[in-house]
Amino acid sequence: MKRQVVARAVEVAPGHCKIVNVNGREIGVFNLNGEYFALANRCPHEGGPLCQGKIIALVQSDGPGNYRLARHQEFLRCPWHGWEFEIRTGQSWCDPKSTRARQFQVKVESGETLVKGPYVAETFPVSVEEDYLVVET
Amino acid sequence: MNIPVRHATAATKLAIVDCDIHPAFRKPSDLYPFLPAQWREHMITFGEHLRQGLSGQLAWPRMSASGLRVDAFPEDGPPGSNLDLMRRQHLDANGVEVGMLMQLSKGGMEERNLEFAAALSHAINEWQLETFVKPEPRLRAGIVVPQEDAAFAVKEIEHRAPDPSFSQIIISPRSSDPLGHRRYWPIFEAAQRCNRPIALHVQGFSGGHASTASGWPTYYMEEHYAATTGMQNTLTSLVFEGVFERFPKLKIVLVEGGFAWAPALCWRMDKHWDRLRVETPHVKRPPSEYVREHVWFTTQPIEEPDNAQHLAEVIDWLGWDRLMFSTDYPHWDFDDPQHTFKFAMTEAQKAKVFRDNAKALYGLP
Amino acid sequence: MQVPIKGAIDCDLHPAPPGAEALLPYLDEYWRDQLVDRHIARYSFNLTSYPPNSPLSARPDWRQKSGLPGGDLDMIRRQALDPFGSRIAICNVLHGAIALFNEDMAMALSSAINDWVAKELLDREPRLRASILVPVHNPAHAVAEIERVAADKRFVQVLLFAMGDMLLGRRPYWPIYTVAKKHDLAVAIHAGSTYRHAPMASGWSAHRVEDYVAQSAAFESQLLSFLAEGVFQEFPSLRLVLSESGFTWLPNLLWRTSKSWRGMRAEVPWIDRSPGEIIREHVRVTLQPVDSPPGDTATLLRTLEHIGSDRMLLFSTDYPHWQFDGDAVLPDGLSNEMVRRILIDNPLETYPRLQDGVQISDNAASKKEAVR
Repeated sequence: MKRQVVARAVEVAPGHCKIVNVNGREIGVFNLNGEYFALANRCPHEGGPLCQGKIIALVQSDGPGNYRLARHQEFLRCPWHGWEFEIRTGQSWCDPKSTRARQFQVKVESGETLVKGPYVAETFPVSVEEDYLVVET
Repeated sequence: MNIPVRHATAATKLAIVDCDIHPAFRKPSDLYPFLPAQWREHMITFGEHLRQGLSGQLAWPRMSASGLRVDAFPEDGPPGSNLDLMRRQHLDANGVEVGMLMQLSKGGMEERNLEFAAALSHAINEWQLETFVKPEPRLRAGIVVPQEDAAFAVKEIEHRAPDPSFSQIIISPRSSDPLGHRRYWPIFEAAQRCNRPIALHVQGFSGGHASTASGWPTYYMEEHYAATTGMQNTLTSLVFEGVFERFPKLKIVLVEGGFAWAPALCWRMDKHWDRLRVETPHVKRPPSEYVREHVWFTTQPIEEPDNAQHLAEVIDWLGWDRLMFSTDYPHWDFDDPQHTFKFAMTEAQKAKVFRDNAKALYGLP
Repeated sequence: MQVPIKGAIDCDLHPAPPGAEALLPYLDEYWRDQLVDRHIARYSFNLTSYPPNSPLSARPDWRQKSGLPGGDLDMIRRQALDPFGSRIAICNVLHGAIALFNEDMAMALSSAINDWVAKELLDREPRLRASILVPVHNPAHAVAEIERVAADKRFVQVLLFAMGDMLLGRRPYWPIYTVAKKHDLAVAIHAGSTYRHAPMASGWSAHRVEDYVAQSAAFESQLLSFLAEGVFQEFPSLRLVLSESGFTWLPNLLWRTSKSWRGMRAEVPWIDRSPGEIIREHVRVTLQPVDSPPGDTATLLRTLEHIGSDRMLLFSTDYPHWQFDGDAVLPDGLSNEMVRRILIDNPLETYPRLQDGVQISDNAASKKEAVR
C-alpha cells in the first residue's frame, strides 16, 4: 500500500471534490461534512469520469407523485449515464439482481431500503495528517 | 460486473468507425451566414415552427445537463460545438478513423413551413461542411433533407451527391405519414440512384402524431422508450408498403433506436405476413429477408441484459453484418468503445461491428 | 404440439359479439328507442381491428356457413373447448360499442353486452368465464359498470384495449384499478384499437397487417406507462394480463427499461426496484400468437430463457383467430413443467376468482395424469 499526500485538507471544502493524480491514476477526494472519502475517477459501468459528476442528494418517494431529497451531498451521479453512487462506499444504488420481492413501503427513512447494486466504484482510504490529505492506493 | 482497468484494447487498436456523432452550434447565430437574408430574418423573428407546445426546448426535459455528457462541455459552447475538444476527447482518444455526423435539429426535417424547411436543409448541409468536415477529414456529413417535401429533398440530394464527404441522407423516422407511404418514394429513388444509404435517427420532435398509439407519454422514461417502438413502426411500414421490393438497392440505417427488438419484430412480421398475404401481394418475400438485406442498426444505446451472453444470441440471429458501432458522442448515454460489449467477441466480430460493416456500407477506403 | 394433459385454462377465447338486435332486450326503453329509431341496431359494431372475413379473424375450419365465427356455442364447445381438454375458458367479447364517442351510449351498450354474456354464454356453459367490457374513455362509467357486474364471480377481469385515447397507466384511469382490486379482478389489455390516434408514431399505416403487427409496439407503450406512472406501486396486488399481444418482444423491453431506470430513477423515484423484476412479478401474457420462427424450437426456447420467468405465459387458443393449425396450440420443445405452468398453474395464480371454482381434487387428478 502506498500512501501519498494529495492535497491540503482545506482545498476540499465540504460538499466538494478534488480530482488528484496518484501514480498515474485519477482519484476524486470528497469532503462529506468533514469526513473524507476517495473514489477512483472511473465509473465501473463504462469507464466514465465518475468524479466529475455532480454531488447530489438521494431522491426518495412515498409513492407516485411524491418526491423528496435525503442524504444531501452523499451521492455522486456519473456524468455519462447518470447512475448514482454512494460516495462513502462506492456502491451503485440500483441493483438489477435484487431478489427481494417485497411490496413498496410507505415510510422510507434513510435510503437503505433502496436495493444496492453490484457495480462498485473503487474506493481508497483517506486520512488527515496534520493539515494534509493522505490517500492509500 | 465491474469493468477491469485496461490501457489499450483491440477496440482502440482497431481504429473504429463511429456511426453517430452529434455536432452542435456554438450559438444559434452560427447558422445565419448559411441562410439567405430572408430566412435569417424569419429565423430571428419566428424561429422554428414545430409540433409541440414549447419553443426552443423539449416538452420532456432530458435528465442532467440537457441530456449531454457533463464532461463534454467546452468553455465556449455546448457539447459537440468545439471541434478541438471533440478531437481530443473523442476522435483521438477513441481511435475514431471515420465519424458519421448526425445533425438532428434546424435542418428542416420537423419544420412545418416547408419553404423555410428547404432553406434550413440547404444551410445545415453547408454548415456541416464548413464547420466540421472540411477542417476534419475524419468526419463525414449527412445530407439532411425535409422528408415532407419530397421534390425539394430530391433536388438537395442530387445537389450534394457528387461530394463524397456526404456519406448518407438523413431524414426523420417521425414523419407525418409512415415512411413507406408512396409520397416518400421519390426520396428512396434518389437515394438508390445516388448510391447513398438513408439514415433514420431517433428524433425528439413529432411529425404530427403522438409518440405512441395511445397518445402522449407522461415521463421522459416512457418517451425515451418510444424511440424504439417508433422505429419498429417505421420499419414495419417500409416492409409492408413494398419499399424494399420496389427499390432493391435501397439501404436504411436505423440510428440510436436500439436493435435487440429487431429479431422479435422480424418473427412477428413474418408470421402475420404469411397469414395475411393476400393483402400485400407486392411483398413477395418474408419480411425478415428484407430486413437482413436492406437494414443496418447502430449499436448505441446498447442493451445490457443481466446475462450478457443473451445479447450475443440476439445478434447471432440478426446477423453480425447488420450492426455498426456508434457512440452518440456527446450525449449522456454514450457508449465507450472499450466497454460497450460485455460478452466475449471474436476478432472477426469486432472487426465487423467496429469498422468493416460501416466501411462496406458507406464505401469507405 | 398438442395439449398433453386435461384441465387447461384458456385465457383468451372470442365468442362472437351479439348483434345490436340481440342486445335490445338488455337495454332500457330510451336506448332501445334510440337504437331502433336511429337505425343503430342495424349495424354490426365490428371493430376495424378485426374485419370478419380477414384470414386472421377466423381459421377456415372454424367458420360457420352463416353467422359470425364464434357465434355458435356448440361450435365453441366442439372446436375450442373439447379438443384442448380445457376446463375453463375466459371469453373476451370484442364488441365495437367501446369505440363510440358517446360515453353514455357506450356505457349502455357495454352493460347490455355484459348482461348478454352472462345469460347467453356463462349460464349455458359452465366452463366459460368472462371479461367485463367497459367504456374506458369515461372512467367513472367504467367503475360503475365494474361495481354493477362484480358480484357475478364468473367475470374474472376487466377488458381494456391496447390502443385507446390515453395510455392506460395514466392517473385518470386509476379508479378503474382501485375497483378492480377491490373485487379481485385482473386487468386485461387486449389487442385492438378504437383508433383515437394513428396506430403508428408516424401515422396511419396503409394495411391491416401493419396495424396488427403494430399492436405489439402498442403493448410495449402501455407497459411503459404502467411502469413509469407507478401503477404497480400504487396497486401492489395488480395482475396485468396482456392478451393477444405476442410475447417475444419482452426480453428487449425488460433489458432496456432496467437499464434506463438506473439513469432516470430521479424522474420516477417511486420505482423502487428494477423494472425487470416489477414486470415479471405483475404482468402476464397470453400464449397466442407465438411470434417466433416456424420450425425453430431452439430460438423460441432461448427467447423464453431471455424472458427469465416461467410465470408469465398463460395458455390461450385465441379461438377463432387463426394463429395455429390443427391442434398444435402449444409450441414444441417445452418441458412438462413448463407445459403445466402455462396450461394451469400460471392462469390459476393470475386470476383469484378462478380459484373459487376449482376443486382441490381436480388439481390433484390432473397432476397425476400421464403426459401424452
